[in-house]
Amino acid sequence: MAMKDVPDNIFMTTLDAAASWARSNSLWPMPFATACCGIELMATASSRFDLARFGAEVMRFSPRQCDLMIVAGRVAMKMLPVLQRIWQQMPEPKWCISMGACACTGGVFDTYAVVQGVDRFIPVDLYVPGCPPRPEQLMAGIIALQDKIKHGGTLNGTEFARRDHSTGPVPFDKDELIRIREANEQLVSLN
Amino acid sequence: MSTEEVLKSKFPEDGLTFSEFRDNRRVVVPAAKLIPILSLLKSDLGFDMLAELTAVDYLEYEGATDRFGVIYVLLNNQTGERLVLKTFINDPSPTLPSVYSLWKSADWLEREVFDMFGITFTGHPDLRRILTPDEFTAHPLRKDYPLKGRGERHNFPIVVRSDG
Ligand code: SF4
Repeated sequence: MAMKDVPDNIFMTTLDAAASWARSNSLWPMPFATACCGIELMATASSRFDLARFGAEVMRFSPRQCDLMIVAGRVAMKMLPVLQRIWQQMPEPKWCISMGACACTGGVFDTYAVVQGVDRFIPVDLYVPGCPPRPEQLMAGIIALQDKIKHGGTLNGTEFARRDHSTGPVPFDKDELIRIREANEQLVSLN
Repeated sequence: MSTEEVLKSKFPEDGLTFSEFRDNRRVVVPAAKLIPILSLLKSDLGFDMLAELTAVDYLEYEGATDRFGVIYVLLNNQTGERLVLKTFINDPSPTLPSVYSLWKSADWLEREVFDMFGITFTGHPDLRRILTPDEFTAHPLRKDYPLKGRGERHNFPIVVRSDG
């Protein structure tokens, strides 16, 4: 069939691009809302800001029905195994947004109980800064992620299989080790 | 007779010290007499509710002679009267008798104090950690525990993208 015989209402593309286009416009978020950022996430989904305009309004509380995890809020050390488990229960293909200063870096909560950035322990595709980020900011994040999905996606998700090492900060950075040693020395001198 | 007078007349030799701050009435009691005093407060003076049980670590605190202070806040629901009762205990192995048999609310409160300060309550039916994970070994509200922990917050497996 020559090109001139193709009717106007038919266009050609690759299967990868068609699948990515469909996926990017129907993200189903999993709201992992653990603190104040969660409230802003709810505002984003509700009528004033209306996340439905971007096809991402179907918040599902079962990880098996979702493909976008939004970590909104600080993650305590007791919550992290739960977060990892929920992430692993989500079916492929899936993405992760780390929303707010706390989820990205631990924020102002630099204590023994708060994980200093979820990207140390789960893969994160996109960071939304702010404390808390405005709904517009989260939407800009979601639009950027849609763009990313449209441009890099493949039908069978081979791009994910290539990401086999952690890109987050090293869990034990040097400062942390020095600090732990100092704390232990202090402890010895006290006792 | 007021609560203070009753306590003074029933335990004259124990050197109970009474004080008042704003509208808080406080009494410091020796740890050895804790259970008799609390039982009396409950049975005779009508303190039917243990509103709060908490502790303070006085390590390196100016002028402090004991390491831990354990605080019981009691409430009489008939008269609205409140009493703050305090006792002191020391290292090693700070231990107090449990008041679970007097007030059931002591259950979780004592577990919390155990978790955060490592104070054991003998006779508690189920003295487990309540806030920190079970495998945690430290007691974080002790003053010799560093604010940023000893690396517990970084002690997790890393999930990478290709793990699925
Ligand atoms: S980043 Fe700010 S708003 Fe968000 S969870 Fe942390 S403290 Fe709350």
